[in-house]
Amino acid sequence: MEFALSEEQRLFADSLRNLLADRLPIEALRRHAETASGFDADLWDSLVELGLPGLLVPERFGGAGLGVLDAVVAAEVLGGVAAPAPFVGSIVMATLAFVHGATEALQNEWLPRIAAGEVRFGVAFAGLAGQTGTAAASLRDGRMSGRITGAIDAGAPTHLLVYLADGNAAVVAADEPGVSRHMHRSIDRTRPVVDLTFDNARAMVLDAANAPVATAQRVLDAGRVVVAADTLGAAQHMFDHALSFVKQRVQFGRVIGSFQSVKHQFADMVTVLEPCRAMVWYAAYAQDALPDEARLTALHAKAHLGDVGRDIARMATEAHGGMGFTDLLGLHYWFKRISFNRQMLGGPERCREEAAHLQGWDLNKASA
Amino acid sequence: MDLSLSDKHRALREEVRAFIRQHGHKSPKLGGGRKRPDEKALDWQKLLVDHGYVARTIPREFGGYGAEPDVMEAAVIAAEFAAAGVYAGLTNQGISMLVPTLLEVGTDAQKKQWIEKTIRGDVIWCQGYSEPGSGSDLASLQTRGVLQDGHFVINGQKIWTSSAHYADMMFLLCRTEPDKPKHEGISYLLLSMKTPGLEVRPLRTMTGRAEFNEVFFTDVRVPEEQIVLGRGKGWYVANVTLKHERSMIGDAGKLTQRLEQIIALLKSTEIDGTKLIAMAEYRDRLLRLQGEMLAWKAHSLRLLTEAAQGIDSGVKRMIIKYGGTMLGFRLASLAVDALGAAGLPFESQGEDAEDDDATTWNIDYMYDVGLMIGGGSNNIQKNIISERGLDLPREPKVART
Repeated sequence: MEFALSEEQRLFADSLRNLLADRLPIEALRRHAETASGFDADLWDSLVELGLPGLLVPERFGGAGLGVLDAVVAAEVLGGVAAPAPFVGSIVMATLAFVHGATEALQNEWLPRIAAGEVRFGVAFAGLAGQTGTAAASLRDGRMSGRITGAIDAGAPTHLLVYLADGNAAVVAADEPGVSRHMHRSIDRTRPVVDLTFDNARAMVLDAANAPVATAQRVLDAGRVVVAADTLGAAQHMFDHALSFVKQRVQFGRVIGSFQSVKHQFADMVTVLEPCRAMVWYAAYAQDALPDEARLTALHAKAHLGDVGRDIARMATEAHGGMGFTDLLGLHYWFKRISFNRQMLGGPERCREEAAHLQGWDLNKASA
Repeated sequence: MDLSLSDKHRALREEVRAFIRQHGHKSPKLGGGRKRPDEKALDWQKLLVDHGYVARTIPREFGGYGAEPDVMEAAVIAAEFAAAGVYAGLTNQGISMLVPTLLEVGTDAQKKQWIEKTIRGDVIWCQGYSEPGSGSDLASLQTRGVLQDGHFVINGQKIWTSSAHYADMMFLLCRTEPDKPKHEGISYLLLSMKTPGLEVRPLRTMTGRAEFNEVFFTDVRVPEEQIVLGRGKGWYVANVTLKHERSMIGDAGKLTQRLEQIIALLKSTEIDGTKLIAMAEYRDRLLRLQGEMLAWKAHSLRLLTEAAQGIDSGVKRMIIKYGGTMLGFRLASLAVDALGAAGLPFESQGEDAEDDDATTWNIDYMYDVGLMIGGGSNNIQKNIISERGLDLPREPKVART
C-alpha cells in the first residue's frame, strides 16, 4: 500500500507549474479578465505542447493514458495560478465521455483529435448535475432542441457536449446552424458562464453506454473531483500568499504574524486545508480503482472543498487587511474562482443531497 | 498510489484473521481501558504479545516479538482487530511512552527489568508530569528532587495523573538542578507507587469518574540508579517519547467506528414516528461529518505512507491532535443530540461495570473536552502548528523560572 503521488506525478506537476509560472503573471490574468472567454489561445498551445489535452486519452488513441488522479494533480496546479484553460470540461469530462460512453468508431474518430488539442468541448448538463437555472433539452432523430444555462468551458469551444436528464449524451459542433451561445461575464472574470440554445441543431449521439445514467454520473463525478482539486489549488495559493504577507507586514512594531489571533487563524486554516489534499487524491483514485467508493467520495470531495474553499478564501483575504479587498493585489481572482467552482456541477448542498440519496437516507422516508 | 496490500501484508492479514477466528472469543469487551486490566484482559494481552500483535518490534530479549519496524504491518493488524470488534491490546502510558523511551535511552538493566513486565500488562505505569502551576508550560515544573545518601528525595505535587490510583510504578519529571535554566534542570526518574511518603488522591472529573489523580510527595526516597539517562537530561528524555508518537491510523479508525455507530443511532431513533436519518437537520449534520471523516481517513493514509517511508510529515502531523479531538467532540455531540431528552438520564456505574449506551455517549461527549485539554491543550496545539509547522514568529517569552 502506498498513498502518495508517484515521482512521475510530482515531476509532471512541477513541469506544469513551471510552464504556467512564466505564462500567467497577474497582469496576464487581468488582461484575460477583460476578454472573459475562459480561453487563452497562446496558453492553450503551450498546454497542447505539454500533451495536457491527451492526459486521459488512452495511449492507442495518441494520449498519455493516465487517470483521474493525474488529472487532479494538474487541476491543483491550474487552480493555483487561476489558469484560464478549458480543463475540467474539455480535457477531463469530454475525454471520459468518449472513453466510457462511445463506440470504438467514435473513439477512433474523436479521441486522437482531443489528444492533439484540435477540438475543445464546452459541457452542459440538462439535469443530473444539480445546477440551478434552465435545463431543458431534447434529442430527436439526431437533432437537438432546447435551452441549457450554465455551460462550462463554453467560452471558445469547437464543440459542445450535452448530457440530457436521462443520461444520454450528444455532441454538437459549436458553429452548427441552430446553435447559439450567449456568454455572461461571471463573478469569476476569467471564466464566463454560457447559455446554450439549440434549434433543431444537428447532433451526434454518443450511444455506446448500456447504462446511460451511470455513465453520465461517472463523467460528472470525475468532473466534480477535478473541480474540487482546482479549488484546492486556488485555496492553497491564497493560504500561501496570506502566510507570506503576515510574515512581512508590521503593525504595532511587530510582524502581524506574531499575534496569536493571527497565528491561530492560520492553524485553523491548515488544519482543514491539508486533509483536503488527501481527500481529493483518494476520491480521484477511487474514480479509477475503487468503483464501490467512487460516487460517495466524489460527492463529498466536491461538497467539502466547496466549504473549505470558501472559508480559506475568506480568511486569507481577511489576513491581508485592506489590501486583500483591493483590486490592486488581485487576490480576488482566486476568491472568485473558488466561488465559481463551488456552484459548478452542483454545490455542496446538492452534492450532499445526492450522497444522502445514494445511501438511502432520503427525507420523509420513515423506512430509511 | 496503490491502496492494495503487498503479498507480505496480505499474508499477515490472513494470519490475523485466522487468529481472531480461533481466539477472538477470549477477547475482553471493548472500552475497558480506564481501569486496571483484569485477568481476562491480561491473558488476552499475553496471547497478543506471544503472537506479535502487540509489542511487535520490541526485541525478543526484552520480551517482544522482534519484528522489523513496518508501520504497514501495524496498520494491517489494527484494521483487522477493529473490523472484528476485538480488543487490540492494552494501551497505557507504560506501553506507549515509557517502553519506547527506555528502548532508546534506558540502561540495559532498566530495559531488562521493566519492558517485558510492562508490555505483558503485569506492571502498570503512570506519568508524573503536570503540576498545578505547570500545565502547558510543563518545563516550569517545581517538584524537587534533592540527592542525599544515594537517593533522590522528592517533595512536591503532581496533578492530572491518570491511573495513579491503580498503577504500580511512575515515571516522573522533577527538578534536580535548580540552578540550571529550566529545561536543563529536570531529571526523569522511575519509582514505585508504594514508596513511603507518596499519597494518591483521586480527582473526580466532570464525567463523574475519577479518571485522574493528584499525587503528593513528602520526602519520597528514590534510589539514585533509578534515573533515566542522567541528571538534567529529563526534558530530553521526555521529548524522546514524542518521536515515538503512535501512528494516528488507529485514531482515524476509532472516529470512523464512532461515525458508524452514529449512523446506526440516527437510523434507529425516531421523533414522532420519523427516523432522525430522514430529518433534514440531523441528516445534514451527519453528512457534513461523514465528508470530514473521509478527508481525515485519507489524511491518515497519507501520514501512514510517509511514516513507512521515513518522511517527516511536519505540519501534516502537527494538526492531528487539534483536528482529531475537535472532530471527535462534534461526533459525540451529534450522538448526544440524537438521544435528545431520552439521553439525559445519567447513571455511571464507575470503573468496574458497563454503562448504558446513553451514559456512555455522554461520558464520551464530556471526556472529549478533556482530550482537547490534555496532552497539550488545543490552544497550545495551535501555537505549535503555526510556529513549528508554518514558521510564524514565536510569542515574545516573558516567563522565567
